[in-house]
Amino acid sequence: MSEVTAEGGHGAIPTGPEVPVQPRARAVQRDWPLYEVFVRGKRGLNHVHVGSLHAPDDEMAIDAARDLYTRRNEGVSIWVVRAVDITASSPDEKDPLFAPSGDKVYRHPTFYEIPDGVPHI
Amino acid sequence: MHEETVYDALTNAHGEAGHWAFGTGFDDPLAGVDTTVPDGIDPADLGAYCLMLGDDALVLAQRLTQWITRAPELEEEVAIGNIALDLLGQARLLLARAGSVGVLGRSREQATATIPDEDALAYFRDVDEFRSTALVAAPDADFAQAVVRLVAASTVRLAVFTRLRSSRDPVLAAIAAKGVHELAYHRDHAARWVLRLGDGTEESHRRARSAVEAVWPLLADLFTATDVEERLAAAGVAVDPAAVRDEVRDVLTQVLERATLPVPAWPAGAPPRGRLGEHGPELAELLGILQGLARQHPAATW
Repeated sequence: MSEVTAEGGHGAIPTGPEVPVQPRARAVQRDWPLYEVFVRGKRGLNHVHVGSLHAPDDEMAIDAARDLYTRRNEGVSIWVVRAVDITASSPDEKDPLFAPSGDKVYRHPTFYEIPDGVPHI
Repeated sequence: MHEETVYDALTNAHGEAGHWAFGTGFDDPLAGVDTTVPDGIDPADLGAYCLMLGDDALVLAQRLTQWITRAPELEEEVAIGNIALDLLGQARLLLARAGSVGVLGRSREQATATIPDEDALAYFRDVDEFRSTALVAAPDADFAQAVVRLVAASTVRLAVFTRLRSSRDPVLAAIAAKGVHELAYHRDHAARWVLRLGDGTEESHRRARSAVEAVWPLLADLFTATDVEERLAAAGVAVDPAAVRDEVRDVLTQVLERATLPVPAWPAGAPPRGRLGEHGPELAELLGILQGLARQHPAATW
């Protein structure tokens, strides 16, 4: 499974005194902001991250996502979110975050007998 | 690990040709369709009308294609490319319908005898045989003009196609029913851009405003019916363009007002010159690019 990252794979959004908290004025932005795109393939499935794109604002991001990621009839629903609004886990914290679950087999539902009449488990 | 992706459907789509827009074979766009002309409809009129609608789509598709590699951003380039392809698809069906009712007639040259009707119509007619309007042929001075023209052209076309869904020609009705969804998207996408440019920066407003001033006069001849359209409208086959004028004016006025752009006076009606084959030099230039390769190498494939 791939790591969940933001801003094209740079890991967590850096924070600190050198990083301005207020976004720059949008009207004079030279480059369009990056959006991450999530598409739901069919009813009942989850939205799945399919890629990213640049768009001037949220509404145009939906249009662009429709054109870039659903032109072959892949989706019934699209979510877009500005990449800067995603808080991602840092690769540095991988061990404290994920290692503790590695040896806890009892968290998996593998200790149950599955009845014959239940097909989709 | 079990993971469903949206692309699973694509890789699992073996043998389902219906998954693709035209199927996997690109031979005959009207394959399997009953192309019999219903009683009481003049095939020559029907063919001429299909050329009008088909040529509008073909010419606008070509104009939009000229934005490829020049669009302001890659994402918008894909959007414009998609819209152009939608229109090309409409043109293909409409020209094929025109071919199926015999518009090529005996004038069809030997050299083009082996290529499909719609290709012969697109590539081997001369400029005065085209039936498109001036609105779709005009070159774009800038991106603002491209989106202002697109919102105007798709508003008109959507209004016509919406009514054409109940045409007495079942092929035309089916083409219109397919096109309505595409055109609604084209109109919305273009309108969104007009809103952003008109109500954007000082420079974008200035450009949007001059785009409106350049495009509005091109609306003059759109709502004047030709004799063909009048006859077919009376027969329940075509849409009288005059019948959509008020709706188009309302929609476009609303878009401009929301975009904080001044709404120019609606141009006085003019004779439908383009529909009768009278065109300015810009169409000849466009067709030179569109038709050059096919004329140099008829029936070429790649």
